[in-house]
Amino acid sequence: MPLERQRVQDLEARCIEEQPPACTAGCPIHLDVRGMTDRLRTGDMAGGFAIVARFLPFPGILSRICDHPCELVCRREEAGESVRINDLERACVDHGYKASALPRLQRAQKRRKVAVIGAGLSGMTAAQDLALKGHEVVVFEAERHALPRIRAWKRPPLPEILIETDLALATAAAVTIRIATAVGRGLDIAPDRLLTDYDAVFLAAGAKASIVLAGEFGVSRAQDGRPEIDPLTFGTSHPKLFAGGSLRYTPAVYSPITSTYDGRCAALSIDRLFQGASLVANRDGQGPYPTRLFTRTEGYPPLPALPAANPARGYSAAEAQAEAARCFPCHCLECIKVCDFLAHHGSYPKRYIREIYNNDGIVKGARKANRLVNSCSLCGLCEAVCPEHLPMGDFCLEARQSMVGQGKMQPSFHDFALQDMAFSTGEDCSLARHQPGFTKSAALFFPGCQLAGSSPDHVAAVYAHLCDRLDGGVGLLLGCCGAPARWSGREALFRDTLETLAGQWRSLGRPDVITACSSCFSLLRTHLPDMTVRSLWTTLERTGLPAGVGLPHRTAPQGAVLAIHDPCTTRHEPDVRASVRALARLKGLAVTEIGDPELTSCCGFGGLMSFVSPRVADLTLDRRAAAGSDDFLTYCAMCRDNFARRGKRALHLLDLLFDTGGDPASRADPGFSSRQENRARLRQRLLASLWGEAPEPSTDAQPAVHLADDVRDLAERRQILMTDVRAVIVHAEESGDRFLDGDSGHFLACLRPRTVTFWVEYAPCDDGYQVFGLYSHRMTVGPEGRP
Amino acid sequence: MTAPDPSRLVCARCAVPLSPGKVTVSYMGSSFEVELPRCPRCLRAFVPEDLALGKMAQVEQALEEK
Repeated sequence: MPLERQRVQDLEARCIEEQPPACTAGCPIHLDVRGMTDRLRTGDMAGGFAIVARFLPFPGILSRICDHPCELVCRREEAGESVRINDLERACVDHGYKASALPRLQRAQKRRKVAVIGAGLSGMTAAQDLALKGHEVVVFEAERHALPRIRAWKRPPLPEILIETDLALATAAAVTIRIATAVGRGLDIAPDRLLTDYDAVFLAAGAKASIVLAGEFGVSRAQDGRPEIDPLTFGTSHPKLFAGGSLRYTPAVYSPITSTYDGRCAALSIDRLFQGASLVANRDGQGPYPTRLFTRTEGYPPLPALPAANPARGYSAAEAQAEAARCFPCHCLECIKVCDFLAHHGSYPKRYIREIYNNDGIVKGARKANRLVNSCSLCGLCEAVCPEHLPMGDFCLEARQSMVGQGKMQPSFHDFALQDMAFSTGEDCSLARHQPGFTKSAALFFPGCQLAGSSPDHVAAVYAHLCDRLDGGVGLLLGCCGAPARWSGREALFRDTLETLAGQWRSLGRPDVITACSSCFSLLRTHLPDMTVRSLWTTLERTGLPAGVGLPHRTAPQGAVLAIHDPCTTRHEPDVRASVRALARLKGLAVTEIGDPELTSCCGFGGLMSFVSPRVADLTLDRRAAAGSDDFLTYCAMCRDNFARRGKRALHLLDLLFDTGGDPASRADPGFSSRQENRARLRQRLLASLWGEAPEPSTDAQPAVHLADDVRDLAERRQILMTDVRAVIVHAEESGDRFLDGDSGHFLACLRPRTVTFWVEYAPCDDGYQVFGLYSHRMTVGPEGRP
Repeated sequence: MTAPDPSRLVCARCAVPLSPGKVTVSYMGSSFEVELPRCPRCLRAFVPEDLALGKMAQVEQALEEK
């Protein structure tokens, strides 16, 4: 029942946001270019240098002569030109150099002796890396200086002081450089002596000398005489001898960064050899590789590289800041860009998955990620835009199911929605009948709880139309598909609800079910495979529309168009979406799309998001509403009502197909209380008008309760139903348990019908009661649990 | 609506003004003593709106997360 580690790891691996940007992946030693440009962008030259110095063993030298393969793969190239990364590195050294940012000398657990043959970039990199780890390193150089090739650099020559500054760290780390000392039989140092006197030897003396030395060391050699070098460990056939540098890749053109890379890798192997660790483990990401990081570059206006005013001096600090600002920087975050829920929690799926997994396993202590788990609308948009199609919604749902299974679901999250569902599936609202005059049904109309709650007139009109057009009897099924139970992680309750529905369907002879709600459509199709489920919209396309009713968008000015908002549950239902458009065309309506229908987003109701994180749900809804300036046309009652609630004019398709008069796009959100009343009244009304069954007269007359609009809005936001408000007042009036506010003359009373205590401030008025305020709490007060 | 001043509240059943008193509040198996305006005779307590939606809601959330 709890989340499985393997599943979590598989999902984590699919989020690519933590993959390095192309520049870093393409750099043999993986310099954190993005980190550097992040700092330079803010003018933090010292911060930029700290990053450069962490990666480059000789920052002064390499920032001037690096062959910068990073710039070949820089994604800015697709929008202008590659960022001048190497020039930025130089600017870090020129304007941000701080000796304190250089790597610190460590102490080795056991100090070993290493001999390095050749004081080129690879040899000196290995020497410095190993010396910094606390080993004793002696470099043998046949020439009269360390770094002879660098000193002879011509394009342009490097200042001597720069080379000496870079070498100071190696010297400080106690690297001994023995210049004018040639290694070889009959020369200054015999190769055999190195292998006996030192714990490891790194051969980096260039191709010519190394061919001779490889023969003298007696290691396996290639046909051209060069030592055979393991490309991962840089080991040779002798366990103490490693080799690399230009000898490995000559006659390819000299590459300072490749030589540096060779030295660094050899040093890592030698250090592992000393520690008795595996030389090959965990080296998958070594060296340049193509990154998996996805970066969308289309949206960036092209920008050329910034030339330095004085190329010989390199970038000034201000120029470097401007050039660094051209770095996007590369990120994926495709899901974050489209989802307010994912953006709201400040991170990205890989981290969320880990957070949720850790949350799931907490035995003692606060589960801080509960709201994260339960705020997702489960709409599937993130999965649709994710380059790796990571199903974050599925995972949030699994996490909810796990919370419920462990008895750890927070009661306040879903109580209200589940009670609303219980009301919809209860005896006041549910109904399963054959068409009047029929003893069997070929089809069964299932409008769903939200259409019945939002516009009961439409349910009655559509049902009459279906009865008129379809042969063999059209039954009617009022109730709920169990979506709220499913979304809240209550899988057992969901199965029970479905089973009740399936039982009613079976008792009516297994007719084809016609759903008006796309959530019902998708849930029933997925979870009741025996049931033939059709969408109302494809059915209406087939049966045709009622003649003479339904009007084009009557209050819209001439030429106005409607923007189609597809409910998120139709993301993978192209047939349903096509039928909706066909019906709109049949009515002669001009419609337009809001982007790609497969990338539609949720109205905030999905996944019960609006009950757990109302603010994030509103952000989600407002973003969608702002995506089109035309009135929206949708075919989900909840979407329509939610848009209305946030002031976005929206029509339900049925408003156009079955004329109900007025300006339907301005119809207010009925709210939860009215939806419940509408469902119950619809059932009574249809029972009376179609089946001739008069409802039992209600025995207890309910008092009239009046709320000003702002108080009614408050009730909606605070999830307080009118039935509960009425119950508080009735109880207070009957029992006398109430407080009187001497200032206002209002009464204050409370009642706890279930798990929540409701407080109502009210006063009697001519025909009932006026409500001035209402709120609730879940805590009980007093020894007997009251109020 | 302006929040009622608890000192101006009267228990309508007992016709006595409310006065501050220690009351136990409980949720999810945890209990705390808090001072609330209550009727000195029948001991019914009044929970003001700012308390219910503020501190009380915070504690409810914290207890639910445990």
